[in-house]
Amino acid sequence: MSDPASLSPAEKSAKLRAIIRSHKRWDIVFGVVGLAAMSVGILTLVALFAQMAIDGFPRLTAEFFTSFPSRRAGQAGILSAWVGSLLVMLVTAVFAIPVGIASAIYLEEYARKNWFTDIIEINITNLAGVPSIVYGLLALGLFVYTFGFGQSILSAGLTLALLILPIVIVATREALRAIPQMVREGAYACGATKWQVCSDHLIPYGMPGILTGVIIGLSRAIGETAPIITIGALTFIAFLPPLPFVGEAGPFEWLFSPFTVLPIQIFNWTSRPDPAFHANAAAASLVLVLLTLGMNGLAIWLRYRLRKNIKW
Amino acid sequence: MSAIITTDRIVAPVPLTGDARLAELARMKAARKRKDRLIEGVLLMAACVSVFTTLAIVYILVRESVAFFSHVPLWTFLTDRQWTPLFDDAHFGIIVLLAGTVSSSLVALAIAIPLGTIIAIYLSEFAGHRIREVLKPVLELLSGIPTIIYGFFALLVVTPLIQKIYPDLPTFNVLSAGIVMGIMIIPYVSSLSEDAMRAVPMSLREGAYAMGSTRFQTATRVIVPAAFSGIASAYILGISRAVGETMILAVAAGMQPNLTLNPLEPAATVTSYIVQVALGDLPHGSVGYQTIFAAGLTLMLLTLAFNLLGYWLRRKYREAY
Repeated sequence: MSDPASLSPAEKSAKLRAIIRSHKRWDIVFGVVGLAAMSVGILTLVALFAQMAIDGFPRLTAEFFTSFPSRRAGQAGILSAWVGSLLVMLVTAVFAIPVGIASAIYLEEYARKNWFTDIIEINITNLAGVPSIVYGLLALGLFVYTFGFGQSILSAGLTLALLILPIVIVATREALRAIPQMVREGAYACGATKWQVCSDHLIPYGMPGILTGVIIGLSRAIGETAPIITIGALTFIAFLPPLPFVGEAGPFEWLFSPFTVLPIQIFNWTSRPDPAFHANAAAASLVLVLLTLGMNGLAIWLRYRLRKNIKW
Repeated sequence: MSAIITTDRIVAPVPLTGDARLAELARMKAARKRKDRLIEGVLLMAACVSVFTTLAIVYILVRESVAFFSHVPLWTFLTDRQWTPLFDDAHFGIIVLLAGTVSSSLVALAIAIPLGTIIAIYLSEFAGHRIREVLKPVLELLSGIPTIIYGFFALLVVTPLIQKIYPDLPTFNVLSAGIVMGIMIIPYVSSLSEDAMRAVPMSLREGAYAMGSTRFQTATRVIVPAAFSGIASAYILGISRAVGETMILAVAAGMQPNLTLNPLEPAATVTSYIVQVALGDLPHGSVGYQTIFAAGLTLMLLTLAFNLLGYWLRRKYREAY
């Protein structure tokens, strides 16, 4: 390269342009690399769906939903699995929603700023990072053996409730924080007590955010496998939990019944060598994914719909 | 006015006068206060559920592990090179399971960290508003899919695919489980990193552009260093997801304890061992039963270490604007 000073102005600017061009080339290269990286994720998603749909769709008949698991792949269905999932979710929701909302209200509206509140906050952040299988061990030691709930719907529901509690709490707190201070001040000015402010104003106005958090939490819970395997849910269940008040059963007998859930049924079918069972697993996976995505979609839609009605 | 409104929020129009009325009001005020204090107590109890959860986790893990370590000395647990807890000749070398956890996490991170970082830079600095609004939620679906389905996918799609290129690959192997796990972790890494990059003030970008930087130079030399603490904590989150991931490995990586870091072989991890034991029928209180709590405690300590590391990194490299 010659000394830049000896170049004519035209040569100089040509050289500068070349430098700029070569630098700009990296912008284009990176744009392509970025899109390629995105497409790895998105193609995986597409492949996942395609594989489930191709293998599983032919199995998605009405009988698939109304049959018990069977040794013969062609007759096996997910009746006990979806009923189990539904009941476990019911227990999870009944426990996680009130406790989650109540903790969030306490932390956001009542708690004074002191070391105890700090502990609760740090603790919630940490709990969100605990691997789900550890919750399974907690449930095994505590619910199954110490409290004697056994390997039941109640144990599973409570485990998943503890698992999604941080999600519900964080979402509720964010929803409450988004409500302008003037709402609280107005209510106090009218003589409302703290609880009246919360129950008559903050909870209704925060509902979109709270519901979103609850649904996202439940959609996570419905797909969790590891903690439920750890408490020892059976994989071959060819009966349904007892209906309340039918025959000998009391109102809460079903809580203590053995059960299976969709993810465990999928796990069971996946781990068999026979490809016919893999088709069942694909079909059940399709059901589970559609449930999860449906719940996520519902959460997004709810947030959108309910938010439109509230303008601060 | 004869109608009495029975809502507790409105002072009942009972015709009281003078001191009687004041006393009535004071009584109602006290009742209101009592009710509010009661409700506060109930809410506090709900908030304590999460603290009790942590305490219970620690208590259960430590209680069973103490029982375990009274059978197996801690030193053997850390140094034995075999893991055969259910055999007659029982060996308890956690290092075997840790090898599986490390190799699977390394494969996953080799996928998730580069791709996640590139995606974050792309979404934050290169992509237009519309592309970001569409692609980001789609990408986040990846983290919403139940992991059992990823396991199924790794075993039945990814492994056969890799076997076409490398026919000697066994059906159960760490590689395909790790790859799928890495793809699952991408959104965790990319979302948090992108948030960190977007939080870098506009003035830094404008300064860089004013000095003649291209987009790529701005992103790599200004934005990424400025957002480093956020990006680092995204990586840490990714690592602790990988370490704690269970079902993908239980389904696709086989569950044989195998002291190797070679991802082309099957291996058991700390998490998949717990699943394996839980699937069997171990009597409550046996040493085999206690091993899963010792394994769980190891896992818990590992994730705790990563959380602390993340906290420290955030502290150390935080850029204040």
